[in-house]
Amino acid sequence: MSRIATIFNQCRANNRTALIPFITAGDPNLIVSLQLMHRLVEAGADIIELGVPFSDPMADGPVIQRATERALAQGVRLIDVLALVKQFRAENQHTPVVLMGYLNPIECFGYAAFADAANQHGVDGVLIVDAPPEESHELVTTLRANNIDLVYLLAPTSDIARMEQINAVASGFVYYVSIKGVTGAAHLDVNEVAAQLAVIRQQIQLPLGVGFGIKDAATAAAVGQYADAVIVGSAIVSRIETLANDHAAMVNEVGAFVGELRGALG
Amino acid sequence: MATSSVESSPVDQLPDERGHFGRYGGLFVPETLMHPLAELREAYLRYCQDPDFLRELDVDLRDYVGRPSPLYYAERLSREVGGAQIYLKREDLNHTGAHKVNNTVGQALLARRMGKTRIIAETGAGQHGVATATVAARLGLECVVYMGEVDMARQQANVYRMRLLGATVVPVTSGSKTLKDALNEAMRDWVTRIDDTFYIIGTVAGPHPYPLMVRNFQSVIGREAREQMLNRTGQLPNALVACVGGGSNAIGLFHPFLTDETVAMYGVEAGGLGIDTGHHAAPLTAGVPGVLHGNRTYLMQDAAGQIQETHSISAGLDYPGVGPEHAWLKDTGRVIYTTVTDDEALAAFHQLTRVEGIIPALESSHAVAYATQLAATLPRDQLILVNLSGRGDKDMHTVAQHDGLVL
Repeated sequence: MSRIATIFNQCRANNRTALIPFITAGDPNLIVSLQLMHRLVEAGADIIELGVPFSDPMADGPVIQRATERALAQGVRLIDVLALVKQFRAENQHTPVVLMGYLNPIECFGYAAFADAANQHGVDGVLIVDAPPEESHELVTTLRANNIDLVYLLAPTSDIARMEQINAVASGFVYYVSIKGVTGAAHLDVNEVAAQLAVIRQQIQLPLGVGFGIKDAATAAAVGQYADAVIVGSAIVSRIETLANDHAAMVNEVGAFVGELRGALG
Repeated sequence: MATSSVESSPVDQLPDERGHFGRYGGLFVPETLMHPLAELREAYLRYCQDPDFLRELDVDLRDYVGRPSPLYYAERLSREVGGAQIYLKREDLNHTGAHKVNNTVGQALLARRMGKTRIIAETGAGQHGVATATVAARLGLECVVYMGEVDMARQQANVYRMRLLGATVVPVTSGSKTLKDALNEAMRDWVTRIDDTFYIIGTVAGPHPYPLMVRNFQSVIGREAREQMLNRTGQLPNALVACVGGGSNAIGLFHPFLTDETVAMYGVEAGGLGIDTGHHAAPLTAGVPGVLHGNRTYLMQDAAGQIQETHSISAGLDYPGVGPEHAWLKDTGRVIYTTVTDDEALAAFHQLTRVEGIIPALESSHAVAYATQLAATLPRDQLILVNLSGRGDKDMHTVAQHDGLVL
């Protein structure tokens, strides 16, 4: 069984909502990213979502755009992100890592080469913002042959037909984008999310993660009542940005914040 | 997969229903946009066959844009170059001074039919922004234009024009602060306001149905020009020449001629300081296929798949991608893509201005430059049709600066 499926089974058995923090690989640099990954796990992360920097992050708000620019300024490439996961795996064999990014760096790497390398380096899943099911048949097939899940998105605009379409191809978990907007945008409406998740559960058997707009422990706890996992990105990345000049304090602050989220989720 | 579709699909029957031109094009967007794009596609496919809509569009193109645009025989230029005869399709004489308005008129009418009250657009040089702000003013729609901070500084007059027309111009400060980043920002706006907002993309790039829809709105250029050439000369041109940034003026001219096998076609990309310097905007000539802004096409990118910054003296050609249909037409060999440097474009700018009394946009100057090079190699009885896609008024500062003058 894959690491992702194992974690969700354990969470379900323990009545625990999975916590999925996001950081951008290489922000502030690859060495600190590795420290941050381990600290996220210590603080209660069940899965880590690792952003792959891309020059044109059209689904991201300003906070993650700036993180991307900081990583790109260090010259961080997809191959460096894979190497980071390998380093992480040297010490941690149980926490799933999902890469989140855009299609072009993977196209450039080559689907087969990427799927093979991702598997070799210990990546468990890939979430590609601009690769809907219509355009990812070849990719999902290649990834699956290498035991990598392709995590698909659903949005408030997705209708029943799309839910069915995504159910047919998704594996690992499905990521529900809780708001019409970019990452880190407005506060989400918990009642709306709960209603939408109920509809989605009619069509999708996989665990449901919810992200975009979860800014604090209270929102995480509220969404956690309905979701199998909550995903928190911009709120973490903005703490990384604020403490850019003091890496030790940054790692501690991120750990403390994720611990707070974990505590609120129960 | 590219090869088999290259052989089997007639050039004028693409894209397929999901927006593919062979392996190019498609719908590479975040999930939230899949529904509004489906809505747009349905609305466009319905209205593009609706007699009322088409009548309204025709009237606007005639009375507001000033179509048909003239076909002009550049007799002195042809004589000076010595060789083939050069004809100009005068898109520079359209309202707002370029071909861009053909598309914004069409999309704005569609927006109104769809009940959208707010228009957004991206712009590089500002021509598409001005053309969008213009139609938004006329239809009484709210208009927000995203423009890179660097481009705003280079094109202050167009920023002012857009604001006079009632548009809000939002500076984009992310990435390279130019056109590609303005497009990212417009996408982010759209994803946030899909219920009331219509995104008017200015070129034949972006996710399906934009490359199809913009091509069809711009094809009025080629339809008119084909008829005008036949009426005037009794024959089809031997060659078509147009500049290619995103590629909307070029596809607008080329598309109605695609099945005319005797007509050669040349798309001219911005060679900037020279292809070998790396400072250019010529993805078809020097790029490789990839995915950006919702479609697969040729891109300027580094070895890790990051999109590279481009350079051209002409802001309207300063874009690292190109419409997917051009990528397809390159691979099939139907259109030859070539480049012209900044200096060659400037020389053509001066030549056309001096010899014909027509001041071309720097974008269009690339097409003029290549047409003169091509004409010189051809006999006198050959005819070359150039798309003069815009007028050069907006470029006075750039040209003066290049000549060491401050206006």
